[in-house]
Amino acid sequence: MTAPQPDASPASSSAGCAEPELQRHFDATIAKDQRIEPRDWMPEGYRKTLIRQIAQHAHSEIIGMQPEGEWITKAPSLRRKAILFAKVQDEAGHGLYLYSAAETLGADRAELTDRLIEGRQKYSSIFNYPTPSFADVGVIGWFVDGAAICNQVPLCRSSYGPYARAMVRICKEESFHQRQGYELLMTMMRGTDAQRAMVQDAVDRWWWPSLMMFGPPDDESPNSARSMAWKIKRHSNDELRQRFVDMTVPQAERLGVTLPDPDLRWNEERGRHDFGTPDWSELQRVISGDGPCNAERMERRRTAHEEGTWVREAASAHAARQAARAQEGASA
Amino acid sequence: MSSTPVHTAALALGDDALVLSHRLGEWAGHAPVLEEEVALANIALDLLGQARVLLSLVGDEDELAYLREEREFRNLQLVEQPNGDFAHTMARQLYFSGYQGMLYETLAAGDGPFSALAAKAVKEVAYHRDHAEHWVARLGDGTAQSHERMQAACEALWRFTGEMFQPVEGLDVEWEALESAWLEYVTGVLKQATLTVPEGPRKGAWSAGAGRQGLHTEPFGRMLAEMQHLRRSHPGASW
Repeated sequence: MTAPQPDASPASSSAGCAEPELQRHFDATIAKDQRIEPRDWMPEGYRKTLIRQIAQHAHSEIIGMQPEGEWITKAPSLRRKAILFAKVQDEAGHGLYLYSAAETLGADRAELTDRLIEGRQKYSSIFNYPTPSFADVGVIGWFVDGAAICNQVPLCRSSYGPYARAMVRICKEESFHQRQGYELLMTMMRGTDAQRAMVQDAVDRWWWPSLMMFGPPDDESPNSARSMAWKIKRHSNDELRQRFVDMTVPQAERLGVTLPDPDLRWNEERGRHDFGTPDWSELQRVISGDGPCNAERMERRRTAHEEGTWVREAASAHAARQAARAQEGASA
Repeated sequence: MSSTPVHTAALALGDDALVLSHRLGEWAGHAPVLEEEVALANIALDLLGQARVLLSLVGDEDELAYLREEREFRNLQLVEQPNGDFAHTMARQLYFSGYQGMLYETLAAGDGPFSALAAKAVKEVAYHRDHAEHWVARLGDGTAQSHERMQAACEALWRFTGEMFQPVEGLDVEWEALESAWLEYVTGVLKQATLTVPEGPRKGAWSAGAGRQGLHTEPFGRMLAEMQHLRRSHPGASW
């Protein structure tokens, strides 16, 4: 990506104003809980943080198509197959909204895609875990989309307008996916012993990675404080993790599965659940590229991109030729 | 399995849609641009919807999809062909959606058992056809490499197109007229895309109507193995 230059940024319309005044206006907008829009002046740090966060969010949607896309061709009923098609299609659509939101900040989608493929930008750690069973599809809907909702509902009030508006649309679809995932698990739990065992196994494998989706604990999360001050983020990692646990425990009881945490219990005094500590060293390994599927996920994305090069080149060449013909026609 | 003419026709049309939808599903996560992830899934979802309605006219959609053997499927060999590169997928889409669009327009105009279903599907297929036409034009009239690939794809799948016009019991259609309309349509799209209409045979003795009789090409068995595996591994389970 060409880092947005101050003179090329959408803020150039306000060139000439003294920066302290612009900064004051920006701070006041944030303080009043109003939205920053693409044409508004914003600090470079705010712009960069947002580009990074939105791009990584977009990349997560795109990589996130893989673990579930895996089951489109193996789904055991036509209804489930249709649900998976629709879900994977939604994820591609979410990726598109989010890349558009990032482009309002001066980023370029092709450049962001290169950053993903070259490993210079990250995506959610959760998509580096494999989906060996069909119950994983349900558990991803329940846990992963559930965690995403906990994260994203507050982002609907994020200070950057285009991001907040993208989140409103995305959250509606995510909550639909979450209910469908949970409904699949309910159906499986009412089925055979083998199906119930598949569900419990999937829950056991996805619980801790899902808790890690919220990021490192607050005292080890360097970007959080600034993002919260800018109201890009509205709640801390630990607060969101706690909300997810409190929301999920009763759902697990209703489903009839156990969560793999011996320290999980209701704390009457706090009015919230106590729970064990995720293995943060595992999160570090996965984020740094050493998770179970990091290599496959990246390879697949890279291959799709490379094998599609000739198609994208053809589309550009054709569009250019059409434009030239239209111009000839107009001047003839 | 029941064998009234309506069932025979519903099975043929339903299997076409089911199998092509499955092939398009194999593109998930592999498409050349993000917009095509959305478009291919969208087309696949339309086809799957059509398949579910058609198969339900015959029996239980899941038993039909997941528990029939290869020899019992009635889809065209064209739709079971592997995706190949993007050009092959688009050639298959052009040939099939051109056929399906015209066939469904005919059925929608009549008052047979498929007219309501066809009337709804015609709108979907118009989009599929438009999508295929645009890509065939972009690739045919794109770069030298894309032109070559698009031409090769059109040639490779040409021999499977004669089968589409074998009469299907239960469908009141003038097949010869449908075939000439299709040939005219495809010729127009290919010429517009600066491509040459393939000259190879379209009606080899062995492939004529074979899919409709349950004779399939070798890749089809592997496709079914993947599609049916989980369902068959858990008899009696519901999902």
